[in-house]
Amino acid sequence: MASYSTNEFKAGLKIIIDGDPYNIIENEFVKPGKGQAFNRVKIRNLKTGKVLDRNMKSGDTVEAADVVEMDAQYLYSDGQFWHFMNPENYEQIAADATAMGDAAQWLKGEEECKIMLWNGRPLAVTAPVFAILKVTETDPGLRGDTATGGTKPAKLETGATVRVPLFINEGELIKVDTRTASYSARAKE
Amino acid sequence: MTDWRPTASLEYLQRRAALMKAVRAFFDARGVLEVETPALSHAAASDRHLASFEVGNPHGAALYLHTSPEFPMKRLLAAGSGDIWQACKVFRAGEAGRLHNPEFTLIEWYRLGFDQHRLMREVAELIAMLVPPLAGEPEVLTYREAFQRHAGFDPFTANAANSRDALRRAGREPPALDALDADGWLDLVAGELVYPALGHGQVTFVHDYPANQAALARIRPGTPPLAERFEAFVNGIELANGFHELADADEQRQRFERDLVARARDGLPQVPVDARLLAALQHGLPACAGVALGFDRLVMLATGAQAIADVIAFPFARA
Repeated sequence: MASYSTNEFKAGLKIIIDGDPYNIIENEFVKPGKGQAFNRVKIRNLKTGKVLDRNMKSGDTVEAADVVEMDAQYLYSDGQFWHFMNPENYEQIAADATAMGDAAQWLKGEEECKIMLWNGRPLAVTAPVFAILKVTETDPGLRGDTATGGTKPAKLETGATVRVPLFINEGELIKVDTRTASYSARAKE
Repeated sequence: MTDWRPTASLEYLQRRAALMKAVRAFFDARGVLEVETPALSHAAASDRHLASFEVGNPHGAALYLHTSPEFPMKRLLAAGSGDIWQACKVFRAGEAGRLHNPEFTLIEWYRLGFDQHRLMREVAELIAMLVPPLAGEPEVLTYREAFQRHAGFDPFTANAANSRDALRRAGREPPALDALDADGWLDLVAGELVYPALGHGQVTFVHDYPANQAALARIRPGTPPLAERFEAFVNGIELANGFHELADADEQRQRFERDLVARARDGLPQVPVDARLLAALQHGLPACAGVALGFDRLVMLATGAQAIADVIAFPFARA
């Protein structure tokens, strides 16, 4: 089993803590006066997204997490799993709702997503940064109102709801920033 | 390849040179003799928290790069040198980070007849001269006061659970209960909660350490016995460590032996201890206090640099 010493710690390294995979966000070497040296690490749990501040004795080792990221094309959902295809070898891979997280609400089909795999199994799925989606439900638009800056909720074809400007009408296409789940612009076909 | 370039700006290197010139003038004005001692030694630091670089020697036993010039400087003092100081590169394996470089510059000096309090005042005077905004009256806290104020417990009666609770209150996930020994827990709390809170807008000294953390300081008998050791902090960063120096050869020999036992327990290599230091103490070390000040961190302070690499031309990764 591969392992890392705290001396090798740096941002981006994937490690196992208490059985879960973590990503190192920050690592600082701390040595008080004449005493024991520590590494102060900020780590993100790759399963839950939770960020922890943790101290480890310098020189200790931790198990490396076998975490890799791959590109995958979204195919379809059967209600329980979301199915993807690896475009390089056409192998299919299925992610559950936990791994999908918020990504599911932006997907219609054929999107190029990123899947993080832990020991070969999907841990987290990231949708493309921008999704072009049709508005299926929203209050009637205010004609000509492109400047007042007000917003209203709009339901999209995938079931997601985002706030859009008042001038957006049902049936229009919009561009959504999936990182912030926010309206970005009007879109064309 | 761009990593041939220095990480420090020319401006900071010029400031660094000017600061070293001022340090030299400070000691010259006080009649303290500048000396040089070997960087390469037959003996190594025995402290289990210091790792020496071992140097292969084609002509005999391995040699060690010094982690501080303390032992040969004490031999000079025992030989009658009077007050001495030096600026030198020291080497500590495994210490690298924003505030650490494995090779760094110490200003170390010894004053005959001084105790820890008198030497703290002189450290404050040197810092005030080099960094004028810090010229005000320094804050002086005992180790106990510093912990009570910033960690909320008394380090002399605390157990591991107190340390873990204090860390949790500060939103940190502490290591497992059995991960550290009693001193390790105090070191962790010191580094996470206590020291970062010290020296904001002033120099803060911490003194009277637990006897276990005496290193090379005298221990003042009492309940509890206290190590006559001090450290200086600015902006939460440790700048200097000083001792009212232990002069008792037998006590020094026992501390070396305890260090070696602790190294064995930790699975660390045994190292040759400095028999010549013991001989010098046997001959007689004049009563004195000594201190080592991290020059690179002082330059950071004077320039406002945030990382040690900003004030060193070529830090370890580019050495």
